[in-house]
Amino acid sequence: MTAIISFIAVLLLVAIGYVGGSAGPSVRFLFGVVIPYAAFIFFVGGLIARIMKWASSPVPFNIVTTTGQQKTLPWIKHSKIESPYSAFGVVIRMALEILAFRSLFRNLKTQLHEGGRVAYGEAKWLWMAGLAFHYSFAIILFRHLRFFIEKVPVAVQMTDMLDSFLQIGAPLLYATDVVLLGAVTYLFIRRVAIPQVRYISLAADYFPLFLIFGIGATGVLMRYFTKTDIISVKMLAMGLISFKPVVPDTIGAMFFVHLFLLSVLFAYFPLSKLVHMGGVFLSPTRNLPNNSRAVRHVNPWNYPVHVHTYEEYENDFRDKMKEAGLPVEKE
Amino acid sequence: MSKLPKPAELAKVSYQLPKTGWMDTPVEFKPGMFCHGSKPKSLELVGFPNPREWRPADADWKLPENWKEIIIEGIADRLKKYRSFRLFMDICVRCGACADKCHFFIGTGDPRNMPVLRAELIRSVYRKEFTTAGKILGKMAGGRELTLDVLKEWWYYFYQCTECRRCSVFCPYGIDQAEITIIGRELLNLLGLNIEWIAGPVSNCYMKGNHLGLEPHTIVGNLEYMLDDIETVTGKRIKPTFNRKGAEILFVTPSGDLFADPGTYTAMGYLMLFEELGLDYTWSTYASEGGNFGFFTSNEMGKRLNSKIYAEAKRLGVKWILGGECGHMWRVLSQYMDTWNGPADFLEVPKSPITGTVFENAKSMKMVHVAEFTADLIKNNKLKLDPSRNDHLKVTWHDSCNVARGMGMLEEPRYVLKSVVNNFVEMPEDTIREKTFCCGSGTGLNASENMELRMKGGFPRANAVKYVHEHHGVNMLGNVCAIDRASLKALMEYWVPGVGVCGLHELVANAMIMTGEKERTTDLRGEPLPSVAAKEEKA
Ligand code: HEM
Ligand code: SF4
Ligand code: SF4
Repeated sequence: MTAIISFIAVLLLVAIGYVGGSAGPSVRFLFGVVIPYAAFIFFVGGLIARIMKWASSPVPFNIVTTTGQQKTLPWIKHSKIESPYSAFGVVIRMALEILAFRSLFRNLKTQLHEGGRVAYGEAKWLWMAGLAFHYSFAIILFRHLRFFIEKVPVAVQMTDMLDSFLQIGAPLLYATDVVLLGAVTYLFIRRVAIPQVRYISLAADYFPLFLIFGIGATGVLMRYFTKTDIISVKMLAMGLISFKPVVPDTIGAMFFVHLFLLSVLFAYFPLSKLVHMGGVFLSPTRNLPNNSRAVRHVNPWNYPVHVHTYEEYENDFRDKMKEAGLPVEKE
Repeated sequence: MSKLPKPAELAKVSYQLPKTGWMDTPVEFKPGMFCHGSKPKSLELVGFPNPREWRPADADWKLPENWKEIIIEGIADRLKKYRSFRLFMDICVRCGACADKCHFFIGTGDPRNMPVLRAELIRSVYRKEFTTAGKILGKMAGGRELTLDVLKEWWYYFYQCTECRRCSVFCPYGIDQAEITIIGRELLNLLGLNIEWIAGPVSNCYMKGNHLGLEPHTIVGNLEYMLDDIETVTGKRIKPTFNRKGAEILFVTPSGDLFADPGTYTAMGYLMLFEELGLDYTWSTYASEGGNFGFFTSNEMGKRLNSKIYAEAKRLGVKWILGGECGHMWRVLSQYMDTWNGPADFLEVPKSPITGTVFENAKSMKMVHVAEFTADLIKNNKLKLDPSRNDHLKVTWHDSCNVARGMGMLEEPRYVLKSVVNNFVEMPEDTIREKTFCCGSGTGLNASENMELRMKGGFPRANAVKYVHEHHGVNMLGNVCAIDRASLKALMEYWVPGVGVCGLHELVANAMIMTGEKERTTDLRGEPLPSVAAKEEKA
């Protein structure tokens, strides 16, 4: 049900983009220039605001989750990354989380067998699909730089070349296009097919998947099927980043759908779970060293509390203490 | 009390999900799955809000008029105080990686026990009250109103989480449901919604120095019994000191070990070890609790109870502190104590008087875990050990959650264990170390009225023990935690009869040859030693 609502919402967005792209010049200006600008500003501003908000709350305690041996006696092998003691260890740990989804790699599948035996099996598909999805998304974004820079940088050209290594079709097929759509499809299917995951899923979980699928699909359509005029798209892109926006007449409506969906994604980003992109860097169970016994972690809002002092305790129990032969402060 | 079903029945867990979404599925309070409500006296003693007689199963929880406001304000306050809370409310992608990692989910099949859903219980209210999307779109955006039913749901499920942190190991963002449960319970405490099994020990600990409410003379008396038993086994009379000023080391351990077996055997182990070393140390009757049930109610209460340890170290003028075997205790000591009640600059960096080893890793908080201490002794050949005295045991090792995931102490106890027993078998890899399973009774849930919950929660742990019991003949489950020693005993009796439970230092003391001891014929439990048993068989 929530999936269907999200699906309809994205269809609606597609229709809006299409209508906008097929309309007169002023509406096309709105969809080609005003909305993308607004979305971008919202994205950057929103993300910064969100991160500032997180950062404004302190980390009162060192709550690192240790996933390996602490540093203690010199002859006990310390797990420098899973239980980092130094800042360097933390950096490596975080890099592995962000670049390789380290924790997700641990994933297991818990199964209860006949006769009440619990078994734990490998479960790497989510990790693989997650990596495939994020990396292809990142590469595709990077490749798009060719529209925004007059003289396409070598790195972008190289990426382009590598990405089309399959050498199929004309224009050459990008591997990341296939991987992105495949991975998003997988992520969607597992969301509906695994009962537990379906049970926890909200509309806000389906929506970005459909949206990103829509962006990818319209991109693929433009490149391989409806054949968009690349020169005019580059004109629009260059105009956008040089603040001299133009909307050439030669751009087809399909491009407007693509651009509109992307604008929605950008604007939606800071309001949604997609902020995990920024949040993962701040997670206190991962980005702190396991050295709280050696270096005092300071809580900025630590305040004095009522305690039951030794004096009060002795007053309560002095006679009993004396009787049991325990030393007391006051006779 | 509700009747506990047979193991064969409890092992048939159904993972069938309700037809209706979780927000539309009412919560049923099942007997055996929750604890008694807190008594007014326990709350009054420490000044907790809303002390009154109440029962969780009753419709009327006798809440203050403005309870909703209190909770919403409480959330707002904690969002400002804890980055973890704010972040964990925002960034979950509901990938489900944590879902089947919780022992309570595995053992109950109840979807609200999936860590992600447990978090959603509170996150949904956060969305509705604190986010723009939630305010406008409501349920569409996963938001929901805070109602009395929601509050009851929180209570039921935040007291079905043992803050074991297993979920946080698997989450790609390190979202730690333990942190959310800690805050959830703090919120409930604002309304006096505690359980007596926690509130009672907290008030005991505040007034008397330990959870069990042992008064000074009782502590001394309980130790006397142990000393008698030690004399029977070894022929040696030990004379420990209490509240002694000028001792080099203050020793603090969970009070559970002074009270009931098998914890008492571990305490006997400490006494024997320290005697053999000639350690200049003292017990304290004021700081007679290492554990901290206050931590299961609120940050502030945790700090109030914890303060006694440094205060007593200062009063007695010791150089450093040695801590006994416990789980949650060591999470609190490792990650909270120095922050709360430090800096302990009146103490010295811990240095073993026997080996000269300086514990640099504890140079600020100044407290050493007894397993670290003993591992260092053994490495430096300071103990005479005869592991064959433990040959009647086939031991496996339970990593206590908080020691594993909130401290990272994995190898020290294993090193000690391997030095004092000849037969040691690990449980399956995915159930130990950082992936260890909770005993099912942590965070103060080791009461008796919730036995069904405990047996369900301990199911994955017991399952792994059962595996090594059946395949390798394991008959002893070792651990470094007082709650484990109390709760795993019941768990083993229920799921894996024939497996006993013991602390590390019980095994150490069994193997340790003391100077001038008589020839031992039994272990600390009074069971004949293997050599003796063999002779008897021959005869
Ligand atoms: C530092 C950058 C990022 C990191 C480390 C990261 C990490 C992750 C991880 C570990 C997951 C869970 C596994 C999975 O479902 O794939 C995930 C999910 C997701 N990420 Fe990211 N991410 C990042 C940036 C982004 C960006 C830029 C987007 C897109 C616009 C994005 C969109 C998503 C979506 C839609 C999901 C949910 C997939 C599902 O529904 O199952 N992420 N991310
Ligand atoms: S593993 Fe983390 S991100 Fe995934 S559902 Fe659980 S809490 Fe959310
Ligand atoms: S902390 Fe432990 S008990 Fe609580 S939800 Fe996570 S896995 Fe379950």
